[in-house]
Amino acid sequence: MATSRVLQSFFKQMSRPTGVVGSSTRRQLSAAAASAANKAHSLPDLAYDYSALAPVVSGKIMELHHSKHHQTYVNNLNIALEQYAEAEAKNDVAAMINLQPAIRFNGGGHVNHSIFWTNLCPGGSEVPSDLLAEIDATFGSLDKFRSTFNARSAAVQGSGWGWLVLNKANGKLQIQTQPNQDPITGDVVPLLGIDVWEHAYYLDYENRRPDYLNEIWKVVNWNNVAERWHAAKE
Amino acid sequence: ETQKANLKQNMPFTCPDLPYPHDALAAKGISKETLTFHHDKHHAGYVTKLNALTEGKADLQAKSFEELIKSEQGAIFNCAAQTWNHTFYFNCLSPNGGGEPAGALKEAIDSTFGSFEKFKEQFTAAAVGHFGSGWAWLVKGGDGKLAIVGTHDAGCPLTEGQTPILACDVWEHAYYIDFRNARPEYVKAWWNCVNWEFAAKQL
Repeated sequence: MATSRVLQSFFKQMSRPTGVVGSSTRRQLSAAAASAANKAHSLPDLAYDYSALAPVVSGKIMELHHSKHHQTYVNNLNIALEQYAEAEAKNDVAAMINLQPAIRFNGGGHVNHSIFWTNLCPGGSEVPSDLLAEIDATFGSLDKFRSTFNARSAAVQGSGWGWLVLNKANGKLQIQTQPNQDPITGDVVPLLGIDVWEHAYYLDYENRRPDYLNEIWKVVNWNNVAERWHAAKE
Repeated sequence: ETQKANLKQNMPFTCPDLPYPHDALAAKGISKETLTFHHDKHHAGYVTKLNALTEGKADLQAKSFEELIKSEQGAIFNCAAQTWNHTFYFNCLSPNGGGEPAGALKEAIDSTFGSFEKFKEQFTAAAVGHFGSGWAWLVKGGDGKLAIVGTHDAGCPLTEGQTPILACDVWEHAYYIDFRNARPEYVKAWWNCVNWEFAAKQL
């Protein structure tokens, strides 16, 4: 779908009379279009059925969250990137800047949710011992970590995410929250994200975000979190 | 009727009632369940938090919501602003709402936006296109001109010296029960509820 949109815009450019779109610009546009098509993002599959995390997160929420919300971020990211490639090919810096909010929002949504799905699994998992030792050393205990994480995530104003990250600058685990769909960036690696947008919990927990945060730990895949932590430390 | 906190000391802030029964907008697509959660949990919840945050602070408790919005930041601002925003929003809706404005408001919209249709298109784009939680507003600026503005999260046009005329809540809690992720469908229902009489009084 994204590819045909890219080709549509490419052919639209090609059909203009010469002089409006010169031949070198046509070559740039075709390269940009081809490049955008190769980079078209797609919705990752879940490693489990929609209903597999119930009753912590219902199948109703998982299906909406994955097939509607995440899919929309993917679709709109692809559109924004295609438009960005066209603007870049024309050296239209103003247009490029204008597209940045859409790339940030939809790209962040895609990045964040792609991590999130892997952070969850049916029934959750035990915390691997090396990661547990690090959590104990950093936060005092797993319980203290969770209660701090939950307090900070519950306090996010509006929409956003709670994160456990590795700060590469000092090698330490940290809790961080992000607004909207802003992804974790910089010398910081996201390990575990919990979505606190209302769509993540409303149908099951209504307005009771703290209850959702208490329950979600039952399906956290700490093995995945540990894998990310090991990879980040390399 | 302005929104005033109870001015007696030690009297907490209270949440204004819905201007209509919880099922009043159900025929227009905004269900009793939505209004029950939206007013009785979210709206009332902001007031409860505001009372907790201002406990023991008589000077703050003596202020109106508008005064708190203009003077405070952080959590107190959020609660005061969201209280005010929601009261305004529920007044912008009516079981008898919808259609188009008349009189001075119609003239102002026509002269600012060209036509009601163009205004509706732009307002809808602002509401549907807002990234994340927030509000779409029709406001009268300090210069007396109408404008469409978006605010994020608890943002309130009062802080910019603007006079709100209409508000559309685009936090997910405003529409998720009835419309799931389909915010455009919610905004369509919102148009059918718009209380033009209330909006005209704000001019």
